[in-house]
Amino acid sequence: MTVFRHELRRGLAACFLWTAVTGGLLVLCVGLYPEMKGEMDAAGSLFASMGSFTAAFGMDRLDFGTLIGFYAVECGSILGLGGAFFAALTGVSALAKEERDHTAEFLLTHPLPRARVVSEKLAAVLTQVSAMDLAILALALSAVAQIGERIPWRELLLLHGAYWLLHMELAGVCFGLSAFLRRGGAGLAMGLAGGLYILQLAANMTERTAFLRYFTPFAYCQGADILAAGALDAGLAALGGLVFCAGVATAYGRYCTKDIY
Amino acid sequence: MDAIKTAGLTKYYGSARGIEDISLTVEQGDLFGFIGPNGAGKSTFIRALLGLVRPSAGRGQILGLDIGTDREKILAKVGYLPSETAFWPGMRVRDILKLSAGLRKKNCAPAADRLCQRLQLDVSRKVEQLSLGSRKKVAIVCALQHEPELLILDEPTGGLDPLMQREFFALLRERNAQGATVFLSSHILSEVQHHCAHAAIIRQGRIVAGGSVEALVRTGAKRVGIRGRADLGDLPGIRDRQVTADGSEFLYSGGMPALLKALTEANVQDLTISEPDLEEVFLHYYEEGSGRR
Repeated sequence: MTVFRHELRRGLAACFLWTAVTGGLLVLCVGLYPEMKGEMDAAGSLFASMGSFTAAFGMDRLDFGTLIGFYAVECGSILGLGGAFFAALTGVSALAKEERDHTAEFLLTHPLPRARVVSEKLAAVLTQVSAMDLAILALALSAVAQIGERIPWRELLLLHGAYWLLHMELAGVCFGLSAFLRRGGAGLAMGLAGGLYILQLAANMTERTAFLRYFTPFAYCQGADILAAGALDAGLAALGGLVFCAGVATAYGRYCTKDIY
Repeated sequence: MDAIKTAGLTKYYGSARGIEDISLTVEQGDLFGFIGPNGAGKSTFIRALLGLVRPSAGRGQILGLDIGTDREKILAKVGYLPSETAFWPGMRVRDILKLSAGLRKKNCAPAADRLCQRLQLDVSRKVEQLSLGSRKKVAIVCALQHEPELLILDEPTGGLDPLMQREFFALLRERNAQGATVFLSSHILSEVQHHCAHAAIIRQGRIVAGGSVEALVRTGAKRVGIRGRADLGDLPGIRDRQVTADGSEFLYSGGMPALLKALTEANVQDLTISEPDLEEVFLHYYEEGSGRR
């Protein structure tokens, strides 16, 4: 597990930073809830009059007056996007950074199979993303407790679970892309994460664009759907799992036969 | 058993030539020089041996193991020093050495300590604070600390000062005396001539000459130096002629009687005839349009 430990050490600062920023924003958002709670009636009618924009964020189906309704929209976006950017960046750089930084020659002339290198790097990516999600969950729980609200355990865990799946899927896809890159793919990763988020907004806007939900993992993280059904959309989540597996399989297939120079 | 044996090893990067049809044998215990200018294919050949690139054609063995199927077993027995050494910023030298040993699942600490002392390498420094030469020293320790059977060194002395180069070659000779094979890729011909027993010259991806260094420099051509005036313009076999203030120098590969006859008719005050050095042999093989391979 030498490569795994090495990767974790190398990624520690970035993981801490992204967790602090995303978790900090989320805590801040939860902290605003008591202030906004009393004004939610007015805010609710304001949001309801915003047409497609309201639908895009699922605000037409959520009760802003409840903590979980507020959390699903406001905090969900922070957690979803912040985590997605981190997962995509971590995944896309995992393999490519060795060639970009010219360390691949050193690493791959040690006696360990390339598949082992891929496995340990993948494990490190998934560990970092999971650690971030766990830390943010802990921060969210403590923030909710801090404002004196009852913790809606089931709903909160479902929402965080969905975002964890989303982050895993994005990390897996970007990990697969990483095997093809020889230089940094930060732009590609950010573009992909942001693009998929926008795709979900577009999917929510009209019936005509609803089919787009099959092309973005943000679809199974919709707070309104999860809270209404009390569960994740199993079909979409399974599709996400398949995409994750395809990304990982691509990484193995490509990196194990790739010329390093 | 040969340390390195390749048959028709070929690598193309798309349509670009890397190496073509390289058949080379390096015996175990040899100190072998691999000579060629930048872009000749030296690094590609080494990368193919170490499994970093997949050959387009041909076969190869290292210490009796197939380069296509036994990559990990080969790498366990090989110490590799790349031409350009890059490490992860933020790491200290001791962490790099420990990481390299960890990837080999070996405790190399005693050997690493000895090597660091000999190369005067400060293990507490961060890699980004190191000069080019010091980074090279880190790579040398990584290549040697697990006491490999075969050392593959790609342009090993770049960045090392002359004193360190001397220490480095002393280390190589010691390892070689203990039975390790050394494969030294270089474009510094004096390095190969002084330290290697055998060598091969690579040109545009192909081996153009090979054998013992002694035999390579004994190509039949002689370096002739004349003090005085001699008109040898029509004499066949004269190359690389340089006229000096009091005479001339040239490489001569024609018949000796013809040269001596021409010289007796000239006004020669002094004459030296010697073996050419490896650099001259190398340039001979690299002369454009020489037609020799």
